[in-house]
Amino acid sequence: MSTLHKLPAELALDDNVSPKQQHQMSLRRVLSPTFFLGLALVVMFAVYVLLGSYTVTIPDFFTIVINHLTGGEKIPGASFIVMEHKLPRAVVGTMIGIAFGLAGALFQTMLRNPLASPDIIGISYGASAAAVTAIVIFGASGAVVSGAALGGALGVAAIIYAISRGGSGVGGGSRGNAAGNRLILAGVGIAAALHAVVNFLMTRADIRTAADALIWLNGSLNSATWDRAGVLAVSLLILIPAVIALAGPLRILELGDDAAAGLGIRVNAARLGLVLTAVGLAAVATAAAGPVAFVAFLSGPIARRIVRKPSLPASALTGALIVLLADFFASNIAPVILDGTVLPVGVITGALGAPFLLWLLVTSNRKEA
Amino acid sequence: MAVLNAKDLTLQYEARKVVEGLTTEIPEGKVTMIVGANACGKSTLLRGLSRLLKPAGGAVTLDGKDIHSRPARELARTLGLLPQHPTAPDGITVRDLVGRGRYPHQGFFRSWSAADDAAVQRALDATDTQQLAERSIDELSGGQRQRVWIAMALAQETDVLLLDEPTTYLDLAHQVEVLDLITDLNRSRGTTVAIVLHDLNLAARYADHVIAMKGGCIVAEGPAPLVVTEELVFNVFGLESRVVPDPISGTPLIVPIGRHHAQTASINELEIAS
Repeated sequence: MSTLHKLPAELALDDNVSPKQQHQMSLRRVLSPTFFLGLALVVMFAVYVLLGSYTVTIPDFFTIVINHLTGGEKIPGASFIVMEHKLPRAVVGTMIGIAFGLAGALFQTMLRNPLASPDIIGISYGASAAAVTAIVIFGASGAVVSGAALGGALGVAAIIYAISRGGSGVGGGSRGNAAGNRLILAGVGIAAALHAVVNFLMTRADIRTAADALIWLNGSLNSATWDRAGVLAVSLLILIPAVIALAGPLRILELGDDAAAGLGIRVNAARLGLVLTAVGLAAVATAAAGPVAFVAFLSGPIARRIVRKPSLPASALTGALIVLLADFFASNIAPVILDGTVLPVGVITGALGAPFLLWLLVTSNRKEA
Repeated sequence: MAVLNAKDLTLQYEARKVVEGLTTEIPEGKVTMIVGANACGKSTLLRGLSRLLKPAGGAVTLDGKDIHSRPARELARTLGLLPQHPTAPDGITVRDLVGRGRYPHQGFFRSWSAADDAAVQRALDATDTQQLAERSIDELSGGQRQRVWIAMALAQETDVLLLDEPTTYLDLAHQVEVLDLITDLNRSRGTTVAIVLHDLNLAARYADHVIAMKGGCIVAEGPAPLVVTEELVFNVFGLESRVVPDPISGTPLIVPIGRHHAQTASINELEIAS
C-alpha cells in the first residue's frame, strides 16, 4: 500500500528535491532491490529447468512447451522430462517458497519476533504429525497425506491460538506484546509434544513406511505434479490478495496495539485475519511438499538484509529463491559430492537454517548489550 | 470541532470495575489534564475515551455519536491517541514513522498523496523534528523520540488528541518542552487536548481544565486555580501540602510537607547532631 513513500537515509543529502520528486525517486530506489530479487528468481528458475542432470537448450525448451500446449510433435525424452518432471517441480518449488516466505514474514512482523515463524511455533509440526500418522497408521499416500498435513497444520494453529488467547487477563494496561509471546511459547511447547508423537510413530513403523515418512518429513519436491501445482495456484490466488489487503494494517500494528487502535485499526479483527492468512499459506505449502525446514524462518530476515527494510514481496521472492536454489543443489550438486545420493530439499534448507539461527542469536545479543 | 463526552461510563477489566458511572465532558478547544493517584482510573478513563476499552455501561460520544458505533478509521480522522508505550519497528526512519499517522486518511484505493506529504511536513515542522527526518528512531534520545511520536499523532490531524503520560521517562527540561509543544498545538490549531499527567504542578501550570480522579470517580473538575487546593491534594493523594501561587504563571504550585525537612525540624536535628 503506502510502503513506497519511505526515504532512504542517503536522500537527506539532497536538499533541493521537492517532496514529490523525493517520492518518485524513493519509489525507484525502494523498488530496485526487490526488482533484482525478482530477476534473480527468474534466472534461477531458468537454470533450474534448463540445466542440471538433463540439459535443455532454450529453443528446445520453448519448442517443448509450445508443442505441449498445441498438441504438436514431442521431442522424445526431453518433452517428458521437462513437462512431467522439471517444470512442475520448479513451479511447485517456486509456489511453496512464496507461500513459506510470506507466512514466515507475516508471523515475524505481526509478533515482532524473528523466532515466530510457523516452522518454529509448531504449525509445521502439526502438519508433520498428521501426515506421519496418515502414512504409518493408515498407509496413506499422495493427496491423502497432503490433506492430513493441511488439517494437522490448521488444527494445531487453532489450538495454539486458543491457548495464547485463553486467560490473557488484561492487567493495568495491556502491552500488546504479551499475547504474541504467549503464542510463541504455546507453539514451542506444542511443537515439542508433536515431535515426540512423530518419533513414537517412526519407531513403531516398519522400515519401508518409515522411509516414505522420512522423505515427507524432510520436505521434498519429489511428488511435484501439475495437479499439485494447480491446487497450490488456486490456494495462492485466494491467499495472496488477502496478504495484500492486510499489508497496510500490518504496518500499523507494528506500532503496538494501542497506537494501532488509535489510528483506526480494529486490532483483534486484523490480527485474526493475519493469523488465518499466514497459517493458510504455511499449511498449503506444507501439504504440497512437506515441512521444508526453515524456509519460512529464513526468508523474512534474509529479504530484510537485501532490501534493507521489512518487505513482504521481497520475503516471498526470497522464499522461492531459497527453495529453488536448495533443491537444485540437493538434486544436482549433492549427488556429485555424495556419490550419487539425491537429497530431499529440506535437508539443505535445514542445514542452512541452523547456522542462521545461531548467527541471529549472536548478533541480536550483541545489539542488546 | 468536536466535543468528547462520557455519559454514565463504566469501564472494567474482566470482572474488576475501574471506572463506574462517570459523566464528564472534555471541553472543546482546551487543554484538559486528568490527574489522580496511581490506580485511580485516569489511564483507564483515557482508554475508554479513546475506544481502546469498550464500556461495560454508559457511552462515550463524539459530537453526540457513540464512538463505538462509528467505523474505526473514520473515528481516527477526528480522534487521535498517543498511548503510553508505542513501539517503533526496528530501523524505521522518523519520516516513515510520522507518515504512518496518515493511515486513517488513506483508503483501499487511495494511497499516499501530496496531501499526506504536506501533513507529514507540517507535523515535522511543528515538533521541530525536520532535521531528524531521515534518521532512524533507534539513534534518537528519549526526548527526541517523544517529539517524533507526537509528530506522528499530529500528522493524523485530528480535532481531538488524547495523550497518556506523554512526559514519562523524560527529564524536567524535556517534560516542559513536550508540554509547551502540546500547548502550541492547542493554541495554533485549536485542537482539543486531553492528557493524563502524573506531575500535578505541571498539570496545574498547563491545564485550562483539570479533572481530578479518585477511586474511579471524578472528585473535582474545572480551572486549575479552583480545583487544585490543599484540601483536594489531601483528598486525592493523601498528601499534606501548601498550595502557593506559581511565581512564574500564578497557577497553583503544590509544595508537599512530608515528615522530614520542614525548616524547624531540620534545625532541631542539627542541634542534636552537634
